[in-house]
Amino acid sequence: MASTDPGVVAAPGQPVPAQHLQRTDAETPLLNGPQRKYSRSDTRAGFAFLSPWIIGFVGLTAFPMLASLYLAFTDYNLFTSPQWVGLDNFVDLFNDPRFIQSAQVTAGYVLLGTPIKLAAALAVAMLLNMKHRGQGAYRSIFYAPSLIGASVSIAIVWKVMFTDDGIVDRIQQVFGIELGGWVGNPTMSLPMLILLGVWGFGAPMVIFLAGLKQIPGELYEAAECDGAGPVRKFFNITLPMLSPVLFFNLLLETIAAFQVFSSAYIISGGTGGPAGSTMFYTLYLYLRGFQDFKMGYASAMAWVLVIVVALITAILFRTSKGWVHYTGDER
Amino acid sequence: MTTLTAPAPSAPVDEAAVARRAAAKNRRRVKSVIFHTVAIIATVVVLYPAAWMVFASMKPNSDIIGNTQLLPDVWTIEHYVSALSGIGGVSFWTFFGNSLLLAALSVVGTVLSSTVAAYAFARISFPGRNVMFAIMIGTLLLPFHVTIIPQYILFNNLGMVNTYIPLLAPKFLAAEAFFIFLMVQFIRGIPRSLDEAARIDGCGHARTFWQIILPLMRPAIVTSSIFTFIWSWNDFLGPLLYLKDPSLYTMPIALRQYVDQTSVSDYGAQMAMAVLALLPVMLFFVVFQRFLINGVATQGLKG
Repeated sequence: MASTDPGVVAAPGQPVPAQHLQRTDAETPLLNGPQRKYSRSDTRAGFAFLSPWIIGFVGLTAFPMLASLYLAFTDYNLFTSPQWVGLDNFVDLFNDPRFIQSAQVTAGYVLLGTPIKLAAALAVAMLLNMKHRGQGAYRSIFYAPSLIGASVSIAIVWKVMFTDDGIVDRIQQVFGIELGGWVGNPTMSLPMLILLGVWGFGAPMVIFLAGLKQIPGELYEAAECDGAGPVRKFFNITLPMLSPVLFFNLLLETIAAFQVFSSAYIISGGTGGPAGSTMFYTLYLYLRGFQDFKMGYASAMAWVLVIVVALITAILFRTSKGWVHYTGDER
Repeated sequence: MTTLTAPAPSAPVDEAAVARRAAAKNRRRVKSVIFHTVAIIATVVVLYPAAWMVFASMKPNSDIIGNTQLLPDVWTIEHYVSALSGIGGVSFWTFFGNSLLLAALSVVGTVLSSTVAAYAFARISFPGRNVMFAIMIGTLLLPFHVTIIPQYILFNNLGMVNTYIPLLAPKFLAAEAFFIFLMVQFIRGIPRSLDEAARIDGCGHARTFWQIILPLMRPAIVTSSIFTFIWSWNDFLGPLLYLKDPSLYTMPIALRQYVDQTSVSDYGAQMAMAVLALLPVMLFFVVFQRFLINGVATQGLKG
């Protein structure tokens, strides 16, 4: 793992996971170095090659972000021009019980779902890392659900499986559990969606497995000579050596968990029910913006979320200095 | 089994070493049994929902609910017949074709725009490059919520709602940072001496990219293409926002429509439709799984 990367500058407003996402190539000249001249033809070629991305970034990301920041302070219904209302949208937000509920539902999903998913991913990755035959086949099988977990098809399957008298209900009846269907039960509908999220553990598992394979075997041998058992080996070797990968997975899975939409939409029929128990933040934003045409309100919601995600990212990066270990240089 | 290894017990071998090796082999075998037991249990748990979906689509409706049995007692294809008959007067194949067209164009757009962007980031020195690279990585962490409303207003003002343009424009403008990042990593692994040789032969960046780098990038292009195809195929929010006319619907939107329209108890037809909607994804997965898994693994590791 690369340790620090002098070539990367943090994007405005958001820390950049430079250590995880970029590696400075030894052969690439550091462009921010003192007084380096750029050849004119290189500059021209660079901007020409990058022009689709630049147009896309300005037109589809930067400008929309500014526009939504402006809209957050207005009343706008798509048909009449925006009316400046100052902080009204934000005041309304925090007095809106449905908004509060959507924030709670999403927080519950992120705080419960992400750790469970990552724990499952790590456990299975460690199992597969025992290097027995069939490892590759198991890896493929376990990876597959992460490709389809967010699809409408699987959401429908989940809905039918967890409905009253459906297969899950029948199986729990065998064990004497009288919960009924999870779909219509406000306390069980969120756990049902968390299970659906956990089912997609394959993607972080593949990343964990690749990380585990890079831990040198000598470390474990040395620890065994010193009489370390499996628990100590896990906490003193596996976890520290894996911490950069764990950090990467934690960051991306957390951010992804905030953005769950289609499963909640399909399973609740676009209502966030029962009793608002699946009213995810994204779903509420969609309903406010595209069903009630309260685009200013929805933009305020979007910016509250951006700030929350930026704060979480910043906190993760700040605390990561204490628990993420990088091993020297990698080449 | 043992006849192959045992014919020389009288040969002068170190008996202790043999015993030790046998013990190690035994331990390894016990571990292997444990490994496969746990892995097979996990496989059953993981595959169960998918298997249940496939078998449920071939059961009579009365057996889908209130039944713990996985395999059908009576096999039927009636659900597939009704799924293929279309929705609200629009043929199933229209939806399927729409999804296919969108996914194919998305792949073309992503490959075109991401490869050139990746080449610029990885191989050309120009002012502002590192700042833009950092911004690009930053967009990986940006929740999409913050852009969907203004984007919708923009496309609405341009009269492009109810066309495929809002769904394809981001693809042709390299909006998916994950692929650029993947390709930058890949290009960095290509020896620079190749570029320099081309430069000495008088190639500019356009030719170096087109004739040297692009052909060598095939694995990264394949990985990005498959992911783009699958993500486009599964996309629900984009088509939900922008497509109003049923004849433009993609599979996921048609599927939702189908669930809303069919009577609540026609689970079989819903399952059949769900299977059909996942078929291309599963096909791609079976054929290209190695590319996908390697792509995911590099994402977390390189750097």
